[in-house]
Amino acid sequence: MKELLIIAIGSALVNNVVLSQFLGLCPFLGVSRRVKTAASMGAAVIFVITIASFFANLVYNGILVPLHLEYLETIVFILVIAALVQFVEMFLKKFSRSLYHALGVYLPLITTNCAVLGVAILNVQNSYNLLESVVNGIGTSVGFTIAIVIMAGIRERIEYNDIPESLQGTPIVLVTAGLMAIAFFGFAGII
Amino acid sequence: MNRYTKQIVNGIVTENPTFVLMLGMCPTLATTTSAINGMGMGLTTTAVLVFSNLIISALRNVIPDKVRVPSYIVIVASLVTVVQFLLEGFVPSLNESLGLYIPLIVVNCIILGRAEAFASKNPVLLSACDGIGMGLGFTVGLTLLGAFREILGAGQIFGKTVTPKSFEPATIFILAPGAFFVLAGLVAIQNKVRLSKKNKEAQKA
Repeated sequence: MKELLIIAIGSALVNNVVLSQFLGLCPFLGVSRRVKTAASMGAAVIFVITIASFFANLVYNGILVPLHLEYLETIVFILVIAALVQFVEMFLKKFSRSLYHALGVYLPLITTNCAVLGVAILNVQNSYNLLESVVNGIGTSVGFTIAIVIMAGIRERIEYNDIPESLQGTPIVLVTAGLMAIAFFGFAGII
Repeated sequence: MNRYTKQIVNGIVTENPTFVLMLGMCPTLATTTSAINGMGMGLTTTAVLVFSNLIISALRNVIPDKVRVPSYIVIVASLVTVVQFLLEGFVPSLNESLGLYIPLIVVNCIILGRAEAFASKNPVLLSACDGIGMGLGFTVGLTLLGAFREILGAGQIFGKTVTPKSFEPATIFILAPGAFFVLAGLVAIQNKVRLSKKNKEAQKA
């Protein structure tokens, strides 16, 4: 139990995916204009990463290892993830139209969110078992959601500020992200 | 300048993936702790990009439209696996420092983006040139970013000390926040140049 807690806190706060491992930067910079969309993007990512780390681990230990095909992990994982995202998209389209429209083009983009593939590969590299993989997936995606929601909150405020002309747009967002990364260094002492 | 060289120049300058299109941000920020790492990542991506453009362009009339994206992903993933093994065998030190980010080349938006936007519509040779141009543009961007971070954070460039002794390197530039700050600075400089150009033109008119 203690190990699982350490994995979860470690991946959510100490080694935050976005701010210290630089995974999932495209949605982090692209969908962080409004808190509401950021939060629903975060929810979709939590959903996909949790299921993806479960299935990726199952496929790796159940199919690839017995057949000695470990070297195919990259190809297999990306296919598992792409299929899962497609499934989530179909599911949302049928049962939650408003969320489906809110997420718009970003839902299929989760496939190319490197955080999803990154978590699956990290789970294998750290030889986590099924439960540890899922916990690591949840921790990582919660960390992503925390970062993107904070970012969106700050960006909503930034819009009312007077920013030097050449810093407008991407640069000021990057500076904000840098400051957030420094703040997240504070968590390093937890474990 | 014929259309092949034009396509290469387009990738390096006009549509530079790092500074103009802002694609492939994850490896851009994660692997540029030093100039040599940035360059290694850039060249690895270039190799994958050239071959994926080549293969996808050659197969563009064979792949059915409906399943094109999954097919592209499988092609790219296979190429990345090959490249990963080559690096592991021949340049183990680079393989170690890039680590997780090599398999993640699969989800680099530049590669799928070029496959979808260019290679699926253009002849083989031109697509390969586009791959070379885009790849080199990415390499230039990453090397520059890595060089800035290495100078500011360690006082070195390509592992050689270049700054005077009185210069105190700020380690933060090699750590995560520094990546954001340096990229923000570079984009801001580029904005500044573009704005002053625009103002000059406005004054003339």
